[in-house]
Formats: sequence, C-alpha cells, structure tokens
Amino acid sequence: MTRVAVAGFAQSPVRVREDATTSGVEMLVPIFAEVFGACGISRSDIGFWCSGSSDYLAGRAFSFVSAVDAIGAVPPIMESHVEMDGAWALYEAWVKILTGEAEIALAYGFGKSSGAELRRVLALQLDPYLVAPLWPDAVSVAALQARLGLEAGRWTEKDMAEVAARSRAAAAGNPAAQLSGDVTAEELLGRPYIAEPLRAHDCAPVGDGAAVVIMASQERAADLCERPAWITGFEHRIDSASLGARDLLAVPSAAMAGRAAGADGVDVAELHAPFTHQELLLREALGLGGGAEVNPSGGALCGNPMFAAGLARIGMAARAVMSGRAGRALAHATSGPALQQNLVCVMEAH
Amino acid sequence: MSVQAAVLGVGQTRHRSKRTDVSIAGLCREAADRALADAELTAADIDAVVVGKAPDLFEGVMMPELYLADALGAVGKPVLRVHTAGSVGGATGNVAASLVQAGVHRRVLALAFEKQSESNAMWALSIAPPFSIPVVAGAGGYFAPHIRAYIRRSGAPGHIGAMVAVKDRRNGALNPYAHLQQADITLESVQASPMLWAPVRYDETCPSSDGACAVVIGDEQAARDSAGPVAWIRATAMRSEPTMFAGKDHVNPAAGREAAAALWRKAGITDPLNEIDVAEIYVPFSWYEPMWLENLGFAKPGEGWRMTEAGETAIGGRLPVNPSGGVLSSNPIGASGLLRFAEAALQVMGKAGAHQVPGARTALGHAYGGGSQFFSMWVVSSLPM
Repeated sequence: MTRVAVAGFAQSPVRVREDATTSGVEMLVPIFAEVFGACGISRSDIGFWCSGSSDYLAGRAFSFVSAVDAIGAVPPIMESHVEMDGAWALYEAWVKILTGEAEIALAYGFGKSSGAELRRVLALQLDPYLVAPLWPDAVSVAALQARLGLEAGRWTEKDMAEVAARSRAAAAGNPAAQLSGDVTAEELLGRPYIAEPLRAHDCAPVGDGAAVVIMASQERAADLCERPAWITGFEHRIDSASLGARDLLAVPSAAMAGRAAGADGVDVAELHAPFTHQELLLREALGLGGGAEVNPSGGALCGNPMFAAGLARIGMAARAVMSGRAGRALAHATSGPALQQNLVCVMEAH
Repeated sequence: MSVQAAVLGVGQTRHRSKRTDVSIAGLCREAADRALADAELTAADIDAVVVGKAPDLFEGVMMPELYLADALGAVGKPVLRVHTAGSVGGATGNVAASLVQAGVHRRVLALAFEKQSESNAMWALSIAPPFSIPVVAGAGGYFAPHIRAYIRRSGAPGHIGAMVAVKDRRNGALNPYAHLQQADITLESVQASPMLWAPVRYDETCPSSDGACAVVIGDEQAARDSAGPVAWIRATAMRSEPTMFAGKDHVNPAAGREAAAALWRKAGITDPLNEIDVAEIYVPFSWYEPMWLENLGFAKPGEGWRMTEAGETAIGGRLPVNPSGGVLSSNPIGASGLLRFAEAALQVMGKAGAHQVPGARTALGHAYGGGSQFFSMWVVSSLPM
C-alpha cells in the first residue's frame, strides 16, 4: 500500500460573504489558484477531485454542480462529491490514491452558512418523523449536552469560557479567522445567555468559507512540498442518531476513530468543536494529554464555515507539520447533531 | 489496482409510487436486509456503509444518512454519503468498491435510495437560485431538446423511442420488483399516450418511485468464502464535466465517452459489443437508449438507433439492454444508478430470474446525472480478472 501525504492547503477568510453565492465558485477560484501556486502544479496534474457541500445549506438541489465550474473541468475529470464536510471528501480522495487510480488528488469543501438561519436549517438533520417536527435547533441540542455536563460536574461555565478565551487569543495569528482577540473568561461570563447555559462565545460564529487540500502519493509528494505531512492514520465512525438513547457525555465514535488512527503522542491537535464544551468532550475522547497544543488556529470557535471547517482543521494540522512546528499532528472533523459523526486524521513529518 | 473486489449479495425493495407502508429507514432496511441475506451475511460482518441518494430536498431531510445510522447497523462504523446527482447510485457502488480495492475494508455495504413521496422532486428541481439559468421544467424539459438534436443528427425514424419504451416496460413485467408492470403495452399505445416534452411521450418517461437498492461488496477472500455465486468487479470508471461550456456536446458528451473508454481499457475489453453480454444503461427517457449506445461505444455515432430498431437490444438480441425494465420501469432516483449496477451483477451471478439473459458472463452497469455531465460505470464478470 502506497503512503499518502498532504502537500498543500488553502482556505478563504471566514466571513459573512455578501459577495459570494451559495455555489461556492467565488470562494473556490482564488484558493485553487493559491494552492496550485504553492505546490507548483496546475489543474491538469490533479488525478482525482472530490468535494463536500450541502444542498440544504445552499437552499437548492445540486449545489455542488455549479462548483465544478470553479475547476474548469474541460476536458472531463475524474471527480466525486460527498454530502458531508470536505474532510470526508479528503478521505474518499485518500482511498482513491490507495487504489492506485490517482497519484495527486484534490479535496475541497465550501458552505455559505449565512444564507439562512443556520441553527434552524441544521434541525433538519434530526429524525424526520419523531424529532425534526419539534424543531429543536442545533444550538439548543448542543445546549442540552452542555447542561448535562454541568449537572454531572464534568465542567463549569468558567471552563467553557476559558476555552473560548484561549481560542480567540490563538486565532490572532490566523488571518482566516472570523473572531480573534484578547478577552478574559471573566469578561465573557458577564455576557447574556443565548440558549442557557450557552453564551455567544460558547458557539461558533456563523460564517461562509471554503477550504482546499492537495494530497499526493509517495512517488509524487516530494515534487509538491518540501516537507509533506504523511498520513499515518485516517479513520471515521458514526454514533446513534437517537439523542435519547445515546450518552451525550461520551463520544464513542471519536474515541474509536482516535484509537484506530493513533491519537497518542501528537504535538498539535486541531479539533472541530463548534461549541466550547465539545472541545472538552473531544480532548477526553481522544485522550489528548498535556503535551498536545490544541487548536493553535483558534479552531472552529473562531471560524466554522460549514462543510469546509473540518477539512480546514486537517489543512491547519498539516501546515503545522509542513512548516516544521510539529512532528506529529492530529486533525478532527465532526458532523451531525451533538458530535454524532467524527473523523480523525493523524499526520507525521517522516 | 491492489485488491480484487466482488459483489457478494444484492437486494432491492419493491418499487412503488408511494411506499406509505414504511418510513425512510424501513425502506432502506428492506433493501439492506435482502442484500445481506443474499450474501448470507449479517450487519455484523460489514466494515463500512456507503449511502447514496440524490438531493436531500427530495425527502426534506438534511443528510439522512445521519438518521439512518441505526437502521443500517452502522453505529460504530464508518459511513460515507455520496451525492453526484442522477449518477449517484453508480458512484455509490464505485466508492464502496474502491474502499475494498484500496485494502481499507473487507466487506462494505453500498445502499442507495429515494423516497420521492416524502416531498416533491419537481419542486426541488425548480428552485431558481440567484445568478443561475432557471430551467424550471423538470428533467424532461431539460433533456427533450437534446433528444431532438439527436434525431436531427442521426436521421433516426420517429418510432425508435416508442420501441424502447415497449421493450423496457415489457421487460419490467418480468421483474417482480419493478414499479410499472405493463406486460400488455404496445407500440400503438405508447404512441397514443400524451406528449409531454416533444418528442417524449408519457409512456416514454420514467415514473416517480419510492425504492432502495443495496449491494454487499467484498474482497477476494470474502468472495472465495461466499457460498453463492459472486460478480467480480472488473473495472469502474467515473468522469465529470461542467453543465454548460462552449463546445459541449449534449448529445454525445465527452465525459461519457471518456468514462467508457477508461472503463473498457481497465476491463481489458477491446470490442464492447462482442465482449459485453448484457447492459443495464441509465435510460430515463426512451431515446437515451440509442444515444448512450453510441456514447458507450456499442455503436458508431448516428447508428445506435439501428440496433434498437433491429431488436438487438431485446432479451435474445445481440446486446440485451435493461432486461430488468430499467429506469423506464422504476425510478427511485438516487437508487436508479445502483439498481443498474446491481442488475448487471445479478445477470452474471445467474440470479436475474425471469429476466435472466441466458449465459451472461460479463455485464455493464451505467449511470449518468446532472446535465449529462456526471458518468459512473462498472463492468462485472462471473470470473475474476
């Protein structure tokens, strides 16, 4: 089996983008150019393309069809699409390289979360017969999870605010971040609830964005990147959809994916936690010790472009390896209500 | 390709316009249980699940694979959700095959479905997003001009479309799972049915169906361990191009031609018409049979209709096309492509029942989607490479 490495990454700045349509094209064209430039290749070098996006986010059927226009797919390309975060598109691309059918693959994800009321749109991910008709929105479902943890003594509102404060300070060095800056947990705790016990800082901001990652086989990676981030583990799992039947304070799918991918001994971990308490849950599920620097990018709490944010975590973790800041880095992506589905990608310098 | 993969089992639902007797989960479970039973396996034997369906607006559920995790026995396993427009059923089969071919998993369940009665597909296809050309005519209105261009280009006589409809609907009457059961359909009755989008008449159009299809794919060892016959996956191919661009050939799209060329090359096939015994081709409007025969390389450009007219695409002909009844007899959109792939597998496994093509050893499964821009295909065979 060939080894596969991440060799390039670019992302658009996460913002509410009045200038971008839901097709993603306006956000994708500049970052395709950026990543091709960094890798010294052109679109004709890509053997397989895979994208992640959501029709419901776009408010239309076949939103990914227009995104193909950003590629310029003439002559025809080998291409696929997942109705998932771009992190899973990268997984499909990784599989494609392992089959030997492609040597260089490109995965992208995009989403215009600001097109509608995101928390209500996401309610449509729930059981369509028994739960979704009650419209429990995504923030409220996360609030139930946070409340359970508070009542079980697993964390305090101050612990949650400290996650937010640390993330925003870290995001100061990330030009793609939507939120950043110095703020103390005490200041944050003085602000009102939006869905008790969640305050605004506990929830990822709504923002639009896109991300792109280029991967290459052992034979080609060195041509694209001086210090590729070699993938040593790439795993994903799903938990039950039944919020009542699931222990919301455990994330077995993340723990299983982490164990299978080899989460231990990482220097850097980029976690896709759209809520402060979910970072605490994920640290525990993945067994991240004190040696791991968590979310040096600021994480999803400082920029969560739906369907691109998980892929961006992989890109940021890969960048830590490619730049020499980390020898071994972990990236995580999540999907579904209350961390239902989780993916872990572990990368190393050698 | 590192690992050989094979279809171990196939299952599908009874396709109907409204399956009000089951939920979405119940519909999918029906197909999954049949595929597992056919492979003599249980959900515990499955390493990963790949779910495919067309736009989420067709049911009004966002990413329904999340809600389906329990019903599909996928809790604690990897689940991928594929969506490549109308070709998605085929893409679902190909992605599941690639997980085995890559050596990542040993046994994978591919499942595709559509439950059109839960929402309104015509509405879902008619939303006019900003800065896009509104079609607002459904799929038939979009494809009819391309069919007229084909007729003009090839000089095909007007009755070819009706001939395809008669053949596919009569084939469908041999398939107990098919939505439409029209054993008595005639050329005259098709030609007397209402004109919807000239030249496509009501009886030359696919129905709206609720239905699901599932396929279990395993590696070489799993195939050797299988008690029943298996269908070896000799090659897969996918190609995409934009909906519109200067020079796009909507009648004979480059993406389809290139996908077919790659498929035949990978399968070691130099003369598809002689080496393929039966083809399940995605024909949602009757005229797409001759059009795709040419696009796939079974006939020269402009000559595909002659095969149809001569009866070569009927069971017993030189290349039986859609012995299952095809998309013209059942169209649970997201599942329609996987049904083509699964029916191709059933043929080489010798398990197609009343619509079995005698002696079929090598078969094509084909799907397309979007504005004739996304193509997915596979070749399956009764023998390994």
